Amino acid sequence: MLRTLFPFPGGVKPEPHKEASAKAPIASAPLPERLVLPLRQSAGVAPLPVVRVGDRVKKGQVIAAAEQWVSASLHAPTSGKVADIGHYPLAHPSGLAAPAIVIEADGRDEWRERQPLDWQKLAPQAVRQYLQQSGVVGLGGAVFPSHVKLDANAQIEELIINGAECEPYITCDDRLMRECAAEIVSGAALLRDLTGARQTLFAIENNKPEAIRALRGAISEQHEDFIVITLPTRYPAGSLRQLVYALTGKHAPFNVLPTALGVQCFNVATVQSVWRAVAHGEPVVRRVVTVSGNVRAPKNWEAPIGMSMDALLQLSEPLSDTDGLIVGGPMMGLSLPLTDAPITKGSNCLIARSPRLFPPRPPESPCIRCTACAQACPQGLQPFELYWWSRARDFAKAADYALAECVECGCCAYVCPASIPLVHYFRFAKGELAAAAREQKMADSARSRFEFRQFRAEREKAEKAEKLAKAAAAQAAKQAETATTPLATTQDATMKSDPDHA
Amino acid sequence: MDILTAIAVMALGALLLGAALGYAAIRFKVEGNPVTDKINAILPQTQCGQCGFPGCKPYAEAIASGAAEINLCTPGGDEGARKLAELLGRDYVPLACEVETEKKRVVAVIVEDRCIGCTLCIQACPVDAIVGAARQMHTVVESLCTGCELCLKPCPVECIDLRALPETPETWRWPEIRRPGIEDRRQCVEEMAAC
Ligand code: SF4
Ligand code: SF4
Ligand code: SF4
Ligand code: SF4
Repeated sequence: MLRTLFPFPGGVKPEPHKEASAKAPIASAPLPERLVLPLRQSAGVAPLPVVRVGDRVKKGQVIAAAEQWVSASLHAPTSGKVADIGHYPLAHPSGLAAPAIVIEADGRDEWRERQPLDWQKLAPQAVRQYLQQSGVVGLGGAVFPSHVKLDANAQIEELIINGAECEPYITCDDRLMRECAAEIVSGAALLRDLTGARQTLFAIENNKPEAIRALRGAISEQHEDFIVITLPTRYPAGSLRQLVYALTGKHAPFNVLPTALGVQCFNVATVQSVWRAVAHGEPVVRRVVTVSGNVRAPKNWEAPIGMSMDALLQLSEPLSDTDGLIVGGPMMGLSLPLTDAPITKGSNCLIARSPRLFPPRPPESPCIRCTACAQACPQGLQPFELYWWSRARDFAKAADYALAECVECGCCAYVCPASIPLVHYFRFAKGELAAAAREQKMADSARSRFEFRQFRAEREKAEKAEKLAKAAAAQAAKQAETATTPLATTQDATMKSDPDHA
Repeated sequence: MDILTAIAVMALGALLLGAALGYAAIRFKVEGNPVTDKINAILPQTQCGQCGFPGCKPYAEAIASGAAEINLCTPGGDEGARKLAELLGRDYVPLACEVETEKKRVVAVIVEDRCIGCTLCIQACPVDAIVGAARQMHTVVESLCTGCELCLKPCPVECIDLRALPETPETWRWPEIRRPGIEDRRQCVEEMAAC
C-alpha cells in the first residue's frame, strides 16, 4: 500500500522453515482424558479457583475467577469432573510446579449455555469486564489480559492487528488468517469501536500471500476501511516495539506502553478469540498450536488448553531421534527436555528438537568485539557491553547500558561469531536485578516498620516520663501545700478564686 | 507571701515538666544524617545484629563515622558490601567469612496450636511482623518477616520455627553461566570459610 514504513534497525533473516506446517489445514486435536490447567495463564495476578475437587463442570464453565483487574478467568476446556487441585509442573525452564486444576474429561464435551453478547448496547466498561470473564488474553505469547488494553480514555490513533509472525517454524497465525479471516476482521471492528481508534492496520510479513489475500477479501466483504500492510520479512518484525515503530514511526521505550503513544496492538489469534467470546459466548478454552521440527507430520493443531505437550507432539509423530522440545520459536522460545507439562494460552508452537536439526552450540569463546551483535540488535543496544557487565556481575552497569530495553529477541546471539549465549546472560542479569529490586522493596518496608516501631517505643517512653514528671510535680505541690496549710487558712478563698482573676 | 510560695511551687512544677519534655525532645530526636540514611537504605533491614550492632541503623551510623568496616553484614551479602563501597568511595572488602553465596529467604513460622499467647515474640520482632494479642494465638505475617530469628529465643514454649520459602516460577531466576573464573572465586570463598 502507499504508506511509508519506518524500517527498524538491525534484525536478522533466519531460515523460515514454515512451509512444512503451513501446508495442511488446522486439525482438531482429539480430546485427551485429563487436562491440567495451571491457574496462571496470563501476565498479572492468577485467578482463584471457584470449584472443588469432585465438582462436575461443563465446557466453558468458570473454574477460576479473576479477582483483580490485571487478571483473567480460567474455564473448563471440556465437560467432566474436577479431579485435583494441586501443584503440577509447568513448561518452564525451572521445571517448577505451580497451582493447577485437573479436569478428567467425561468425553461428552458438553458446553454450558452459550449466549452472544449484545455488545453494541453495552457500555465499553461492561464489554471489558465480559472479556476478562471470558479469559481473553494475548495469544501471541505475551499473554497480557486484553481487557486491560482496551482503555477508552487512551486516545488511540492506530489499532494494529499483528499477523507478522516473524519467528521461524511458527505458522499458527498464518493458518488462522487463511481460515478465519472473517472472524478476525469482525473482531478488529469490535476492538476499533472499543478503543475508538481512527485507523486500523493489519501487519503481515510478505511471506504469507494467502493470509494477506484472505484478509483483504474479508475486509472488502465487510466494507471496512482497514489497511493490510505487507512487511518485508525480517525478524523480529512482529515484536511489539519494532512493529509499532515500523508502522507509525513512534518509538516506545521499555517503560512506556505503546498505549501512551496512541497505539494499541493485538495479535490476530487474540482478535479472533475476542470475536468468539462476544459473538458466540465462547471463552478461551482452545488455541491453535504449531507442531513442527523433527516430526513426520508437521501441522497446526487446535488443542484444548491443558492438554499435555507430549500428547500433542505424538499427534504429529515425532521421529525417533527427538531429544527435546522448543516451546515457542527457535529464536525466543524455551528449550526444554521432553515434557508432559500442559499447553497454556501462551503456547503457540512446539518444535521437536534433534541433534541433526538443532546441533549443540559450539562452546563459547571470548568476545572479539566485532560489533556484529550491535548491528543486529533491533533495539539499538550494545549487546557486547551488556554481556561484559552481566558476566562480571556488575548489574548496575548493565542497567546503565539499557539492559531493560533488551527484548530478548536473540538476534545478537544468532550472529555472534564467538557463539556466546548472549540472551542467557541477559536473562540472568535481568533476574538478578529484579530480585534485587524485590529485596530493596522489602527492606524499605521493613525499615519503615522498624522506624515506626522505634518511634512508638520512644513515644511511649516519653509519655511515661511525662506522666512521672507530672506525678512528681503534683506530689511536690501537695507537699508544699501541706507545709503551708496551717498559715494559709485565711487566704484559701482568695486562692480558689485566683484562676478566675488570671 | 503564701500566695507567692504557691505560685513558686506551681512555677517549679511547670519548669520541671517543661525540662522533662525538652529533654525528651532532644534525647529522642530522630537524627537526619543524610550519609547515615543512605547507608541505612542499602542495609537489608533484617535488624538481626549479626554485624555486632543492635540493628541496621546503629551499624549505618558506625560506618558513617568510620568506626566500622563495610563488610560485616551477613544478610546484605557481597552485593551489599559492593553497594556500600560504591556509595562511600571506599575499596570493596569481601565479606569477612562468607560461605553461602546464594541467599535463601527464610521466614519464622509459629506452630499455632503450641502458642500460649505470651506476646513475648511480638515484643522481640523489630519489624512488627507478628500479630496476636495476650492469651491469643499469634501468627507471623509471611510477607513482612525478614527471617532475623530474633523471635525464636524469647518464646518460652519454643513454638517458633524457621522455614525456607520454596522457590516458585515467579521468584525463579535464570542461573549464572558457570565459567572457570566464577568457580574459582566460590572455591576460594569456601576455603576461607574453612579456615
Ligand atoms: S557479536 Fe559476539 S564476538 Fe562480536 S562483539 Fe558481539 S558478543 Fe562480541
Ligand atoms: S536479545 Fe536484546 S541485546 Fe540481543 S539483539 Fe535482541 S534486544 Fe538486542
Ligand atoms: S547484620 Fe545486617 S541485617 Fe543484621 S542488624 Fe546488622 S546491618 Fe542489619
Ligand atoms: S517474625 Fe521473628 S524472624 Fe520474622 S522478622 Fe519478626 S522477629 Fe524476625
